[in-house]
Amino acid sequence: MLVQGIKSRPVYTGLEIDANARWHLFALEGEGVEALLDQVKAVGPEFLKTSDILCVGPLPKVEAEYMWSAPTIPVLLNRLRVNLINAKMGTRLYLSGTEGFIGQTMKVALEQNIDFNSIRTEHRGSTARRVQCVHCKGITDDVKTSPYTCTHCGLHLLVRDHYSRRLAAFQGVCIDAEEPGTAPPPVVMFP
Amino acid sequence: MTINTEMSVRVAEITQVAEKVKRFRFERVDGLPFPVFSGGAHVVVAMRDGDLLRRNPYSLMSSPHEQSAYEISVLRVEQSRGGSAFLHEKLKQGDTLTISQPINLFPYDVRGRKHIFMAGGIGITPFMAMMDQISHEGSHFELHYAVRDRKHGAYWQNLLERYGQHRVKIYVDAEKLFIPVDTLLSNQRLGTHLYVCGPSGMIDSVLSKATALGWPKQNLHSERFLAPPPGNIFKVILARANKTITVGTHQSILEAVEAAGVDAPYLCRGGACGQCETQVLGCNGSIEHHDIYLEPDDKKSGKKIMICVSRLKGDEITLDL
Repeated sequence: MLVQGIKSRPVYTGLEIDANARWHLFALEGEGVEALLDQVKAVGPEFLKTSDILCVGPLPKVEAEYMWSAPTIPVLLNRLRVNLINAKMGTRLYLSGTEGFIGQTMKVALEQNIDFNSIRTEHRGSTARRVQCVHCKGITDDVKTSPYTCTHCGLHLLVRDHYSRRLAAFQGVCIDAEEPGTAPPPVVMFP
Repeated sequence: MTINTEMSVRVAEITQVAEKVKRFRFERVDGLPFPVFSGGAHVVVAMRDGDLLRRNPYSLMSSPHEQSAYEISVLRVEQSRGGSAFLHEKLKQGDTLTISQPINLFPYDVRGRKHIFMAGGIGITPFMAMMDQISHEGSHFELHYAVRDRKHGAYWQNLLERYGQHRVKIYVDAEKLFIPVDTLLSNQRLGTHLYVCGPSGMIDSVLSKATALGWPKQNLHSERFLAPPPGNIFKVILARANKTITVGTHQSILEAVEAAGVDAPYLCRGGACGQCETQVLGCNGSIEHHDIYLEPDDKKSGKKIMICVSRLKGDEITLDL
């Protein structure tokens, strides 16, 4: 069960290297590494000489100017924030991984006043979602089903395509508010 | 479309501020306060010059918070279609005019960590209001202002005094001082926005340099008002109004349509905003697209025309008006 056709649903149009950019900053997670490798195949490895790759998990087997592996997403977000604070115009930001990862890294970029349209994104890996319970405001990562049970307040939540860039999360709304206990069984929708 | 929100104003003061540049101060005839506007906004000034009614856009340069008067500054253009000549030579203190509500097609991006303004000549006007607003709000900005020579340049002394040398840089063509665009744009922190207003050549050159240095288009802003260029006389058939009109050499289609008493939508009257986009139902000849709004594909299709600046090279065009 999913509410679709909502405009705020993010669209990920692909990493596509900007040949004009003076510096390429990548934030990658898991299978997002593949999106970078596909770009190397498509346009050659030249851009890696002016690239900084931040990665959750194993680094891609390429030679870039800077490479750094983070143990977890929050650690990467801190590093990304510092990089962006010190970055100059001409730097292009590329994000690839799960939706939750792209959303959280983009949130850091937005907080640094970067226009989201100038950020290049590619969704790779699981389609599991990061969802906010609109009732208790608790955020649950890796939601694979709809409805799901809020890990904070225990309500049964319907996952909507309604997305918040500010929160980097989809919105989950109580599905059995009228008659608690009548929620349909969860269906795996985001494997 | 032209909802009657126009304001009747009286010319309170005319000041020569530099060679060929005059400032006009308008006060409302009804004595009501003007609406607060946002820096970068313009008004369309309607001028009755004999039988002709001209409507030209001018950037507001007074403080956006000032509600007792609006001010514009106008350069006397050599090959004037009549607007700047009328304002400079015919308009007198005490005369009345009609102006539109302020419209902003050139606002600054409030998310910017820093704003760089590049002005050429009379292109300084929207930045006067923007800097006033930004300095109240406390954001960072720099002005890089190029003038032909110190006598023709308007307001550069006032701006230096008001905002200081650390924020205002003046470049004088006659003294071979030019804006070091590449150096400036190579060394800005992420989240900086660039705004350019001036001659077309300057805008194109600055924007292409910025793009080549990796600035994304979301951080690049420009404003240019194109005067409708002259051309051959042609006929326009207004399909809905069931009228045939003639567009004169120094007239735009929009002006001819208005002269015929037909209401057509418009905002900027300078080929930039897209409001006057009109469907072409048929034409013999080729459309001369002068606007900077339509996409190249649209221009090629021959199905759309921006009637404020574009013309027909041919005899007759039928419009959905």
